[in-house]
Amino acid sequence: MEYTWDFKVILDSFPLLLRGLVVTIELWILAFAIGLSLGFAVSLARVSSRGWLNGPAIGYVELFRNTPVLVQLIWFYYAFPIVLGAQLSPFTAAALSLTLNTSAYCAEIFRGGIVSIARGQWEGAKAIGMTRAMTMRRVILPQVLKRMLPAFTNRGIELAKVTSLASLLAVNELMYQGRLLSSTYYRPLEILTVVALVYFVLIYPGSYLSARLERRLAARD
Amino acid sequence: MQYQWDFAAVWHHIDMLIVGLIGTVELALVSIVLGVIVGFVVALMRLSHRRALRTPATAFVEFYRNTPPIVHFFWFFYALPIVIGLSFEPFTAAVLALSTQSGAFYAEVFRGGIVSIERGQWEGAKALGMNYRAVLRRVILPQALRRMVAPFVDRSFELTKTTALASSLAYAELLYQAMQVNSITYRPMEVYTTIAIMYFIVLFAASNLMRLVEYRLSRVG
Amino acid sequence: MSDTVIRIRNLHKRFGDLHVVKGVDLEVKRGERIAIIGASGSGKSTILRCLNFMEMPSDGTIELDGKMLGTEGRANDGGAARTYSESELCEVRTRVGMVFQQFNLFPHMTVLENVMEGLITVKRTPKEAARSRATEQLAKVGLQDKLHAYPGKLSGGQQQRVAIARALAMDPEVLLFDEPTSSLDPELVGEVLRVIHALAEEGRTMLLVTHELGFAYHFADRVVFIADGIVYETGTADDVLKHPQKERTQAFLARFTERAF
Repeated sequence: MEYTWDFKVILDSFPLLLRGLVVTIELWILAFAIGLSLGFAVSLARVSSRGWLNGPAIGYVELFRNTPVLVQLIWFYYAFPIVLGAQLSPFTAAALSLTLNTSAYCAEIFRGGIVSIARGQWEGAKAIGMTRAMTMRRVILPQVLKRMLPAFTNRGIELAKVTSLASLLAVNELMYQGRLLSSTYYRPLEILTVVALVYFVLIYPGSYLSARLERRLAARD
Repeated sequence: MQYQWDFAAVWHHIDMLIVGLIGTVELALVSIVLGVIVGFVVALMRLSHRRALRTPATAFVEFYRNTPPIVHFFWFFYALPIVIGLSFEPFTAAVLALSTQSGAFYAEVFRGGIVSIERGQWEGAKALGMNYRAVLRRVILPQALRRMVAPFVDRSFELTKTTALASSLAYAELLYQAMQVNSITYRPMEVYTTIAIMYFIVLFAASNLMRLVEYRLSRVG
Repeated sequence: MSDTVIRIRNLHKRFGDLHVVKGVDLEVKRGERIAIIGASGSGKSTILRCLNFMEMPSDGTIELDGKMLGTEGRANDGGAARTYSESELCEVRTRVGMVFQQFNLFPHMTVLENVMEGLITVKRTPKEAARSRATEQLAKVGLQDKLHAYPGKLSGGQQQRVAIARALAMDPEVLLFDEPTSSLDPELVGEVLRVIHALAEEGRTMLLVTHELGFAYHFADRVVFIADGIVYETGTADDVLKHPQKERTQAFLARFTERAF
């Protein structure tokens, strides 16, 4: 390989990449926190026996799961403002899109967890006089969260990776900074390799913990 | 709503969108086939007794699992050409990125299927005098393949959605074509909603079809 | 054909730092029925599993029909562990069959296919001959009505009987049983023991690792008591089970006071 690696450019670009990383993390926290809560609400609609709740919930979930995330991002940035009548900033559009996307996936995880809890749990709680809300809060949800923890952490990992697509909306997160720097310095090899490594360092701990968690939970069964 | 919907403008350019749809399908199919080959090789390496084979394979899988796909697309299109002195067509770079990516995930599916077969099956077969290849061929693989079908289908589904990222390399798949139509008609709402619906129909139909096939397969034996 | 079918000399087995089998000598005569008993962790199953090389011996030699198996390995720290080629092991296993505690039937094949599998794939028996032999063995264990059922649909006792038929179909010189009834519900144990007893009448060479001491008493010509990885006491069923000489053997048997021999 005749190519000479330019390590100086890596050092020079670090501050900007770090700033991008901060935006990535901001986007992730926002989308995950709200997406998780919203997902729970949607899952309740999903397990409801009332058709007018259940139907739209299914539609919502299937819509976000059967279209590419990038298409969703593009739609919320370019198409949605037209209906809204106002332009969204790239970050807002991305945050909105990713939040809803995350909520759809989380809804499915919650739903899977809820239906997997044996009927006997509901009956046991009912028998001592708990309301549905109480049962959900004190008996069902704690078990669901524990059981579905691996699925939730996987979702977190997926979300971390997907934030990189916000770069295509010109959100100045890590990938965007990477591309900007690549073309500024004409050194895509070094920059993109470093970007890949930063993502790896960011995400790998999550994967590792998730795998250990899965094994711990599997062993307990 | 004051907005005047005008789908006719989109319909006028439907041929461009069809071209995009074909581009998506081509990219997906080629990448799935190549990905299976990559996955097969990597899985064998992961299962090998020799660490010299196992370690690079594990690194390969972990790298692809913990970094965002868009980084791979850009890396293959902008960075790799610098190293090897060749330039890639968008399609080629996209195929390289998608097939190595899916290869890593397929490798986990293949390995997971085989590893999930309990030790007793190996012993029962060996006790009859079968050699390693016979055990794999007659006892392990028939059972493992059945278990691999569902996760394989899931992964291929994800791959198909990821083809949308090739739009960032100016490859003429569906999203890119939509962007072209939008730049002609200036109707992002109609254009992007249309392709969202197109993606949805194709993916939803495909996933339901696959679920049917899985169900039929699980009933045999 | 000589009288001794298996001879084990100075068998050792280590799992990492754990020394499980610590020098076992055993001679098995043709047609002999040996019951191997001992506490959990004593090494009795490991010894059995070395005989068909489910476990590879760390040291010592095994002779089958007078021929010492394996080739001399590189001497490492004084130990002379022999090396065994895959083809030799496969050949040995067609002559020394095993029935497992967990049955290990193939769930993707029917009962009949399970029993035929070894004949077709390993012994290259033509399909029709394999089919008739398999049917014969299944009739022998009383499962002629279940030929086309899948193992998942059978009870534990039935599955184990299929496993026995599968091992028998190979016509082995020696049959090894590794705690064949330990995984079964109590009411299913009897049907399996009856089948094993019927085999005993045929004069087959059999080694049985078991906790069923009452059965061992009626079944065995010789009983071997294993403790701490060595042969602690050996003798006829009467000797070991009714009049144990050594303290450890007595202590072990005392735990089974309810057992009426």
